[in-house]
Amino acid sequence: MNPASAALATAAAGTHGFLSPTGVEIAFLLVGVVTFGAALVTVSTKQLVHAALWLVATLGGLAVEYLLLTAEFIAWVQVLIYVGSVVVLLLFGLMLTKAPIGRSPDADSGNRWAALTVAIAAAAALVWVVVDAFRTTWIDLSGPASGSTEVTGASLFQHWVLPFEALSVLLLAALVGAIVLSRKAKADAAATAASTPTVPGSRSEKEGVR
Amino acid sequence: MHLAYPAVLSALLFCTGLYGVLARRNAVLVLMSVELMLNAVNLNLVAFDVWLSRTARETLHSGQALTLFTIAIAAAEIGIGLAIVLAVYRNRGTSDIDRLRDTAEGHEDDTPAAEKAEATA
Repeated sequence: MNPASAALATAAAGTHGFLSPTGVEIAFLLVGVVTFGAALVTVSTKQLVHAALWLVATLGGLAVEYLLLTAEFIAWVQVLIYVGSVVVLLLFGLMLTKAPIGRSPDADSGNRWAALTVAIAAAAALVWVVVDAFRTTWIDLSGPASGSTEVTGASLFQHWVLPFEALSVLLLAALVGAIVLSRKAKADAAATAASTPTVPGSRSEKEGVR
Repeated sequence: MHLAYPAVLSALLFCTGLYGVLARRNAVLVLMSVELMLNAVNLNLVAFDVWLSRTARETLHSGQALTLFTIAIAAAEIGIGLAIVLAVYRNRGTSDIDRLRDTAEGHEDDTPAAEKAEATA
């Protein structure tokens, strides 16, 4: 970067410098640190149920970030759907697959270090590109909220009606698909259990749990 | 607020989810990491939508509409994904991704004998 463009960039950033952050930025930074830390614990803890509970902290932190970005409706949808139902589904999934309650030493697979290398390389590249591109871009958060329920509903039902209705068909298909998958698996398990009773090994205990 | 803050947080969360998808062994934990990646994308969409609606006077609010669609599709995805994981668990007795290698080449020695017998039966 030549000195002229660097001076131009600092002049453009001079009105909103990184060294004199606003209150919203400080709050965003603090909540962001908590969110990122909870995400790191989610992918690195050896206790499977704790991973789901740290995921709650991550998703709740993201809801607070949406509130700080004045997207209220998205924030409440995030709380309702992610924290309310997705995490509960994941906990049910852990329970039904009989995840061990305590520490499980084989939670990470053998290619852990390769995954770490890939993730750190991707993080470095993405952060470098993003910071270089949006160093001087400023979001003006004053004025009316840009994501209130009124604004979001108006845009959703004026411009996005067709995708919205198509999405309901997709949700119906997903619902039917989940039911079909569960029922078919049950019928197959019953058939295999009748023919070779010792192979599945877990069906009788699962019936006992239910 | 600088746009760099939400963009950097989103990039970091995405890479955390990437690490989880690559490194975790339990299928339910892999689904959790996929949720992390989807949430990183949602944060990016919301931040850029707020920026564009103020700077470019964009009234379509495509970012927030897409975020709502992403959340709904993620809920559908987690339902179907968990149904598949439960079906695999009922048939195999495990949700360990490293041991589901029936279609892989060169890993025949890794699968236990009982699983192989069941797979060929």
